[in-house]
Amino acid sequence: MERPFVEIDHVWMRYGGSGGTLALRDATLSVQKEEFVAVVGPSGCGKSTLMRLVTGLWPASSGSVIVAGKEVDRPLSIAGMAFQNPTLLPWRSVLNNVMLPLEVVKPHSSRLRRERPAYEDQARELLELVGLKGFEKKNPWQLSGGMQQRASLCRALIHQPDLLMLDEPFAALDVFTREDLWGVLQNVWMKRKPTVILVTHDLREAIFLADRILVMTSRPGRIMIERTVELPRPRTPEMTYSPYFQTLVQELRGYIDEARRGEEVAHAA
Amino acid sequence: MPPDATAVAMPAGAGEIEASRGAAQAAVVRKDQPPANDPGITRDQELVEAARRRRILIKILPWLVITGLIIVWQCAVYLFDIPQFVLPAPTVIAHSIVTWWVPIIDNASQTLMTTLIGFALANILGLTLGVVVGSSVLVYYGLYPLLIAFNSIPKVAVVPILVIWFGIGTTPAIVTSFLISFFPITVNVAAGIATVEPELRDVLRALGAHPLNIVRKVGLPRSMPYYFASLKIAITSSFLGSILAETVAGQKGIGHLMIVASSRFEVPLVFAGLIVTAVMSVTMYTIATIIEGRTTGWATRSQNDMGASSGN
Repeated sequence: MERPFVEIDHVWMRYGGSGGTLALRDATLSVQKEEFVAVVGPSGCGKSTLMRLVTGLWPASSGSVIVAGKEVDRPLSIAGMAFQNPTLLPWRSVLNNVMLPLEVVKPHSSRLRRERPAYEDQARELLELVGLKGFEKKNPWQLSGGMQQRASLCRALIHQPDLLMLDEPFAALDVFTREDLWGVLQNVWMKRKPTVILVTHDLREAIFLADRILVMTSRPGRIMIERTVELPRPRTPEMTYSPYFQTLVQELRGYIDEARRGEEVAHAA
Repeated sequence: MPPDATAVAMPAGAGEIEASRGAAQAAVVRKDQPPANDPGITRDQELVEAARRRRILIKILPWLVITGLIIVWQCAVYLFDIPQFVLPAPTVIAHSIVTWWVPIIDNASQTLMTTLIGFALANILGLTLGVVVGSSVLVYYGLYPLLIAFNSIPKVAVVPILVIWFGIGTTPAIVTSFLISFFPITVNVAAGIATVEPELRDVLRALGAHPLNIVRKVGLPRSMPYYFASLKIAITSSFLGSILAETVAGQKGIGHLMIVASSRFEVPLVFAGLIVTAVMSVTMYTIATIIEGRTTGWATRSQNDMGASSGN
């Protein structure tokens, strides 16, 4: 087996010095290249911390975080990120919002001026892929929440990152829009094949999208269970009604309850 | 309504899917028939007309209020026989403006000049300082108490010091106008930059973006609505500063004119000075508002672009 693309090895993370909150306790996980992994867990279990460690926004207190064979000690420009809040810039058109990363990330920032049309074509292509063709010139506030999230996804992908980090990207959307966007994201992933780490608290979302699901314990977080999802691709909305899918939801739900009970025990002790 | 209520009440087990589907169909009533006719059109036109009248009313409302105030003022002066040195009637003030228009224009242009120079300096320093304070936590904590302390000093107490340093005349007016107006600009620009969404900051930092680049691409454009909002406060306080310095230590300017007029009991001329100041202030305020609308229309889109967003 080739070397995993992301390796998190016995990582501890404590905020604010020795007396601070312990967010991760001895977390170990690995993600293969081009794999789609979902991380689920009770709220406040350190899922978002995990994201920030992998992208190099924060250093781990101890243990090692290795991405693409290199120890992460500063922000990686090979990662794209999207959050629950689409945070598009209201003074820029959708197209220019998508192109924002190119203006700050090397080596694109220096090439952008000369090769702008080529880059714009890439951005248009991405927008078409997520179903936003014809909205390039619109302003973000003219878009619905789901469309803004599609644009945010494009912004995360424009510099062709090897690693896509998604922190509850669809949590603020209504159920219908959310399920639409699962399809969009699966489509993007199957075309571009980035390595994806999706943090979510929606079990159906995790099962629909991921090859493998990691369940975390409550804070301080650790990986409790790894569960492989054996559904063929492309996955369809109909599959979510299949017995396999339903049983898996219940199984994961059981793990989450177990993790939360662990929390209560820890609090009582 | 369902003909077979028991079947609906007991939803399908694994083997009863077909049976329940039939029952479910009976429970569904489609309500999406097209409407017979559309009675909404005339109502629509009425609403459009009402909205248009309302917009016109909003445009002329300030003028109505001002005119009303002047009429009330005029009537009150005559009705209660108020002496001229207490409260001159609007007509008397207007007469005074006409009589003294040469010195008024002369002094008003002096005040306008000192105000605008002071205001321009305040913009340069306020923007620079705001960017620095807003982008660096260390600078924020180091500088903010000093800024607050400085801002709370009554500027009228500073004017005598300025006179010792620069002598009587134009310079103290410019400096006071500057001192009084740079603070709101600094605070607002800093607030705009410091409140960039943490997620967006993470998105860009994760790409390896330099902090200065984040300020340039996101912080600065984002702080522009704050900046223009502060300009509206700053320009009016700028006038305040100039006139303050002119009344304390001036040889020229509207402030000086009013002091001289009041010492001669020319109360209508004092009021004339007040009104000219108000007119200049409102004019500058309006200009600031127009520039704001042109450059940062995206920040106020909710009021004028509802039509554009409802399409999606």
